[in-house]
Amino acid sequence: MDVLYFAWVRERIGLPKERVETTAVTVAELIEELVARDDRYAAAFADLSALRVALDQELAEFDAPLLGVREVAFFPPMTGG
Amino acid sequence: MQVRVQDTPFDFGAEANRFAAGAGGAGAVVTFTGVVRDAAAGAMTVMEIEHYPGMTEKALQQIAAQACARWELTDTLVIHRYGRLQPGDQIMMVATAARHRVAAFEAAEYLMDYLKSRAPFWKKEILADGAADWVAAKEADEDALTRW
Repeated sequence: MDVLYFAWVRERIGLPKERVETTAVTVAELIEELVARDDRYAAAFADLSALRVALDQELAEFDAPLLGVREVAFFPPMTGG
Repeated sequence: MQVRVQDTPFDFGAEANRFAAGAGGAGAVVTFTGVVRDAAAGAMTVMEIEHYPGMTEKALQQIAAQACARWELTDTLVIHRYGRLQPGDQIMMVATAARHRVAAFEAAEYLMDYLKSRAPFWKKEILADGAADWVAAKEADEDALTRW
């Protein structure tokens, strides 16, 4: 699946988008896999209360299943307007 | 119902006039424009707005559709910019048209409240000394949704 990062999440991880092969069942499991990679991911995902996730461009919860999902995006709370 | 996400400036007066002219049967047109504020009192040179292409348009369409379902609107317009803006620049506008003003006012506030916390935009302030800060979401903005 494609994993996208925005705002300071993108800056901490150092890239806007990557292709991830995963067997993670939920968003939370995917985060665990990413955090285990290296410090940049650990820093980006250190405080989940400061993060939001979208699955196929719809806001979702961290315990949401990834079955059939093609695009996951992580970003801070939105500041439009 | 029109939604536009663009990096170029928009002409608020022209947009408002075109919207009002096209809002057939409306007795009330309400518009709101957001302007880049210099929160750092003279120190901010650029406000950079990042967004999530694809999801942004979808989220704005959903928010506008929810407003149309809730109030009897003859039309709605949302324009939101992204990219590099300067203090005083217009970031976004909403317009609502309805037979009566209460619906137009309420729907405009609803659009603004949802747009602030549910449309995937992120603001970064770049100061004159080169320092840059992501604008943090305000709890009050999230709380504002509970009134709807």
